[in-house]
Amino acid sequence: MTKQKLVVVGNGMAGARAVEEILARGGAEMFDIVMYGEEPYGNYNRILLSNVLNGSQEPTDIFLNPLEWYRENDIRLHAGVRVTEIDRNAKVVTGDDGTVEWYDKLLIATGSRPFVPAMEGLNRPDGSPKPGVFVFRTIDDCTKIAGYASKCRRAAVLGGGLLGLEAARGLLNYGPEVHVIHLSGHLMNQQLDAIASDILRTTMERMGVHVHLNTSTTAILGEESVSGLAFKDGATLDCDMLVISAGIKPNAEIGARCGLTVERAIVTDDQMRSVDDPDVYVVGECAQHRGKVYGLVQPLWEQARTLADHITGRNLSAAYHGSKLATKLKVMGVELASMGSIEPTDERDEVVQFAEPKRGIYKKLIVRDGVLQGAILLGDTGKAAGLMQAYDRASALPEERASLLFDLGGPKQEATMLEMPDDAQVCNCNGVSKGAIRRCVTGGKRSMKAVMDATRAGMGCGSCKMLVKEIIEWASEGHVEEDPSIHYYVAGIPLTKPELVRAIQEQGLKSVSSVFNALAEGIEDAASKPGLASLLKTLWGAGYEDERDARFINDRVHANIQKDATFSVIPRIYGGVTSADQLRRIADVADKYDVPMVKITGGQRIDLLGVKKEDLPKMWRDLDMPSGHAYAKSFRTCKTCVGTDFCRYGVGDSTGLGIKIEHRFQGLESPAKLKLATAGCPRNCSEALVKDVGAVAVEGGKWEIYVGGAAGAHVRKGDLLCVAESHDEVLLYAGRFMQYYRENAKYLERTYGFLERLGIEKVRSVVIDDSEGIAERLDAAMQEAVEAYVDPWLEANAPKTPNQFTTSVEVEA
Amino acid sequence: MMITDIFARNEVSLGSIRQIPPGEGRNFEVQGKRIAVFHTRSGEVFATQAECPHRVGPLSDGLVGNATLICPLHAWKFDLRTGEALYGNCGLTTYPVRRTAEGELVLTLALERE
Repeated sequence: MTKQKLVVVGNGMAGARAVEEILARGGAEMFDIVMYGEEPYGNYNRILLSNVLNGSQEPTDIFLNPLEWYRENDIRLHAGVRVTEIDRNAKVVTGDDGTVEWYDKLLIATGSRPFVPAMEGLNRPDGSPKPGVFVFRTIDDCTKIAGYASKCRRAAVLGGGLLGLEAARGLLNYGPEVHVIHLSGHLMNQQLDAIASDILRTTMERMGVHVHLNTSTTAILGEESVSGLAFKDGATLDCDMLVISAGIKPNAEIGARCGLTVERAIVTDDQMRSVDDPDVYVVGECAQHRGKVYGLVQPLWEQARTLADHITGRNLSAAYHGSKLATKLKVMGVELASMGSIEPTDERDEVVQFAEPKRGIYKKLIVRDGVLQGAILLGDTGKAAGLMQAYDRASALPEERASLLFDLGGPKQEATMLEMPDDAQVCNCNGVSKGAIRRCVTGGKRSMKAVMDATRAGMGCGSCKMLVKEIIEWASEGHVEEDPSIHYYVAGIPLTKPELVRAIQEQGLKSVSSVFNALAEGIEDAASKPGLASLLKTLWGAGYEDERDARFINDRVHANIQKDATFSVIPRIYGGVTSADQLRRIADVADKYDVPMVKITGGQRIDLLGVKKEDLPKMWRDLDMPSGHAYAKSFRTCKTCVGTDFCRYGVGDSTGLGIKIEHRFQGLESPAKLKLATAGCPRNCSEALVKDVGAVAVEGGKWEIYVGGAAGAHVRKGDLLCVAESHDEVLLYAGRFMQYYRENAKYLERTYGFLERLGIEKVRSVVIDDSEGIAERLDAAMQEAVEAYVDPWLEANAPKTPNQFTTSVEVEA
Repeated sequence: MMITDIFARNEVSLGSIRQIPPGEGRNFEVQGKRIAVFHTRSGEVFATQAECPHRVGPLSDGLVGNATLICPLHAWKFDLRTGEALYGNCGLTTYPVRRTAEGELVLTLALERE
């Protein structure tokens, strides 16, 4: 077989890497290879240039392929020669030294050059380059910058991106005072968010670098050489030199000149070929793939592999699908890793954050539906490798997010999975073993929902769901399928909550059956009914068209169903404060209806258990107390401590506040139950820190409001929402928070999940700082819901449906 | 009630369909037996054993959607048309039941099948 001739234009990291990959696939047998490189060297690792600048590495240390490599591989290198023309009809390229090479296949890897923004005074009046102005791109640039800097008093770096900061750090070593001028409001805005940038900035300033943010440079001052900079706001800065590091510009002109499609760079297909010419491949920073131009090495490696697979015929269906960007580097001596999104971009995005600015440590994760969307690690990158892998593979994350940020000292997950015996019970509610889940997965069920449906694992209290997920992942070797319905508000309507709310409001759907008719082709889904009923009641308030069949049995009979089909009766005891008269009535009712168990509940009330359905309305009438809603997805109770009335430590009237809270919010429907508490001092006897909403009195007549606490299947200390000045303010902010939660939580999502999903910062900004301008509307909606309250136990006198309280209808023989 | 004729075919009148609100179920005591009867929103009627085979949950208190029933205790799920378990490992006994043009519910006990 006669060899084809491959000409490579560009001898940077991309061109050389592509050739290495081609050689690794037997390319030497297929191609005569000719390379052109503008720089008179072999190729080197540009990423390490800053080390050459700061003196920690010699130029020779960073060569990837010395000139011998070309000789050993029979590659002809035109070093120091720039290709000026490509003639695609004749299939020849021409160098600026007059050399001409014909080709069968052409690879364009011309890379990019520094982007120099338009400024006055870039050159001397005669048009020659102004001494003291540098770009930072090549080994030669490094040498020149180093030489000049040692004679300078003050140096400026234009651009606070990654490369600019590395240049600044390098300059410090040569003596001048260093200033970084950055257009945007925060440093490294591609890789860091505002908080991380602030920490980095502090670290840099401590090292002696001056940082100017939000600063636009309009002119370079000085006639013969640099003497200063002028900024848009009129200010100036004296300096002797300027290093421009304001981004890159792809070297794509040669592509445009030979008629290839060029947008930001030369446009390629998934095989890294020009979209215009199957014999022309393009790789690296001069290539634009699916609208993206990459300036990092990892995408370049991936592109080179695909290209090599394809050009050598090793795998003709090889395709590059774009890269997920993840970088780990050291900037200004600070460890940094950044990948994917740096800010939430979707309302499902959950932000996990840890900041310790004093030590320069910051960690942030963006998680969507349990999968990592992006991360920033600053100052401590010990967990970067695992996160980068999780990001790249989109694998499911452990529920304990802290373990992603810190070494918690537990054994590694895989070891645990392997070691866990098959008969270990995973779901303690439904008694499902690890083995049962594993068999279900190997039997072909690959989605969380399919496995849960089949085994019932995770369908009880739900606290084992994450473990179930991990087992599925382990058993399927990472090939977990996602069931789209997990994103729906309810399984029976294929819409997320915001989509569903929009459809309901636009179409004016006020009953559950109308929702099924309009949005599910009339097909009812039994399990979806209560979730829809809850949402409609929240959206329409008094305008909601109640259909009793959409309610769970508890809400049809206003009592909690028990294991033997009896019910429990819990009257409301506001703030847990009762009286001898109430207790006497409760005792009489217990006697009269032969109640098998009378119990004090955890919510400071009295539960009458084992009641027949028929007796419910009679008991309510006899009790003459309102419903405690101990059966509903709604506001349940407000637990209180004795507070200032009798307690010798109390600093705030917690019982009074608790009673007010119960009167105001009793029966309020919500996506899941709401359990509140008030504590009269920080001793927290009423456990207000682990409630959905808790108010804790602190000295000075103030109340700390905590939200998102839990102490059930999940244990979580609430987040401090704000400090309120009075009972009324507690009612206002607690109410506004609950309304925001009612409108935005998923069905059955408790406040702890809601808080973890949105983050306290987001919730606080909306509820306290009114960042979305909706506080007034939320307050009004809550007021309307409060006014719509009717004690459901009044149905004792007026049942809503036939046989509502009948266990069984007697049929006459 | 005109029951003479009905008894001949071991059919039992349960009375008016109005005893069961649309979309819900109710229990009926028939010849010493408790039967759960369901009335769907589309107007169909179904009859099954009253107690869930799992942990004796009261099926008539369950949620009904189309022809699917969910037990209120542990969410076992059944197809009302056949009694087949859609969740759980044991199905239900079903009974033929129809509503007459006058809105009367008529249950047939003799054709009971396991």
